[in-house]
Amino acid sequence: MRNSGDCAIDIENAVVSYREDIALRGVSLKVRRGEFVGIVGPNGAGKTTLLTIVNGMGKLLQGKVRVLGFTLAPGNGHSLRKKVGYVAQVQSIDPRMPINVREVAMIGRYGRLGLFRKPERNDWKIVDMALELVGMTHLASRPIGHLSGGEQQRVAIARCLAQEPEIFLLDEPTASLDWKAKTDIMELVKRIHDLRGLTTLFVTHDLSALPIACDRIVLMKDGFIWDEGSTKEQLTDEKLAQLYDLPIAEVAKRRREAALA
Amino acid sequence: MTYQFMQNALLSAFLGGITCSIIGVFVVLMHMPFIGVCMSHAAFAGALLGLWLGFNPMIGAFAFSLGAAAIVGPLADRGELNPETSIGVIFSLMLGLAFLFMGLMPGPKSAALELLWGSILTNTREDIIVLGVVAVLVVGIVILFYKEIQATIFQRDMARAVGIPATVMLYSILFLTGATITASFSSIGGLLIFSLILNPAAAAYQLTYSMKRMFLLSAIFGVLSSWVGLLFSYLFDIPSGATIVVTSSLIFMLAVIFSPKRKVKRWQNKPLLEAK
Repeated sequence: MRNSGDCAIDIENAVVSYREDIALRGVSLKVRRGEFVGIVGPNGAGKTTLLTIVNGMGKLLQGKVRVLGFTLAPGNGHSLRKKVGYVAQVQSIDPRMPINVREVAMIGRYGRLGLFRKPERNDWKIVDMALELVGMTHLASRPIGHLSGGEQQRVAIARCLAQEPEIFLLDEPTASLDWKAKTDIMELVKRIHDLRGLTTLFVTHDLSALPIACDRIVLMKDGFIWDEGSTKEQLTDEKLAQLYDLPIAEVAKRRREAALA
Repeated sequence: MTYQFMQNALLSAFLGGITCSIIGVFVVLMHMPFIGVCMSHAAFAGALLGLWLGFNPMIGAFAFSLGAAAIVGPLADRGELNPETSIGVIFSLMLGLAFLFMGLMPGPKSAALELLWGSILTNTREDIIVLGVVAVLVVGIVILFYKEIQATIFQRDMARAVGIPATVMLYSILFLTGATITASFSSIGGLLIFSLILNPAAAAYQLTYSMKRMFLLSAIFGVLSSWVGLLFSYLFDIPSGATIVVTSSLIFMLAVIFSPKRKVKRWQNKPLLEAK
């Protein structure tokens, strides 16, 4: 029997709004410490909203959410954010923005430092180690706007690592990246998960961007968790057909015809 | 032109130059020039309301610019892709109100016109005190909360996600913008104030990849524009607000010409000069 100390994330019947819509209609999910969970589903399924509930940025209308032993209530989300690292999709950055890679990675520690402390030597050491782990040391002094999408995502991951979080959330981190960058990021995330044992939630709508390293896959549709289980169980033609409302034969055909497995 | 007037003017120029140019860094980096213009025109309308109804124009200016920020701020905060329409409507409303109040005012419009193009040479001790307080506030907050400001400027959502109170920072910045506009009104005038906010920062933006240096350069350009502008205005007996703004535009043009960022593309394969 699992005791609650083992549980990093415990969501019970959460109803969550996003902008004007109800994005989660009653979602329950338990994630153990150190688990690597992949979350897939069509656009609009509520995958991103699920992540916002874990890092305290979403609006919980009903239900109960406990993250790292802390019960989420309206207005108390901000203390949770320091412990939860969040990597979003690549955003376009002004190439003239006056901030370099090392400074961006340091931002991850700002929440921990609090309002009046300045970064000290130890903080910079942690940042430099994070940059090394993601392979960005050689670009540390480069303005962030000069990096490619894949490089910027690696810096974002370094920023998360510098934060020293207990949970690692990734929201479509490989969207709009080329194949090499995509697989670089997937490999990096797996390596970090193995090294640091971080509880990891990896959201993607792109099935080819789902790391095989996932302990568990959660399928989402229309604001609900539709099914969950191991990769082999969940990524069958039958389940995908129901998830995406396509005939099974069509799903099988498209999977065969995808150029790169 | 007595010595005391010149001293007051130089001090006002110094304080106003620093404050406006620092606020300008936020305006440039957060891509919100329209919000700033909106607030300037709102302040102008508020000041004229004050003149017309007989209360302190500064209070009117401050109230109106904060009111504009309150409407326009949430639009920026929610990351609306095209807030320009709403901002454009408010901007033109404010300008319309401003001229309406000016028209409704009885008697000669000289006081109103002074608010339009500023009269730094008639700044009183009270004006300087207000400028001084706002300058200390702006510089103090930037120094004290530099890292939060840096993160909020760079990517507001991400700053919020790591635990920084980014929304509070955004609204504080808007508040300080309103305060700066109000305090500098009497010196530079409602129509021109935004140029002194934008130009020094825009010039600094061309020249450095360090945010700290951008704040510093912006302040230097702001004070330089103000003092050089004041000098020319005194030497050739031309309106001071206008000369200050034209000087700041010239500095901007020089910065663009000599900018190392002129040929920056999306990302470079060849190594750039490493920015320290």
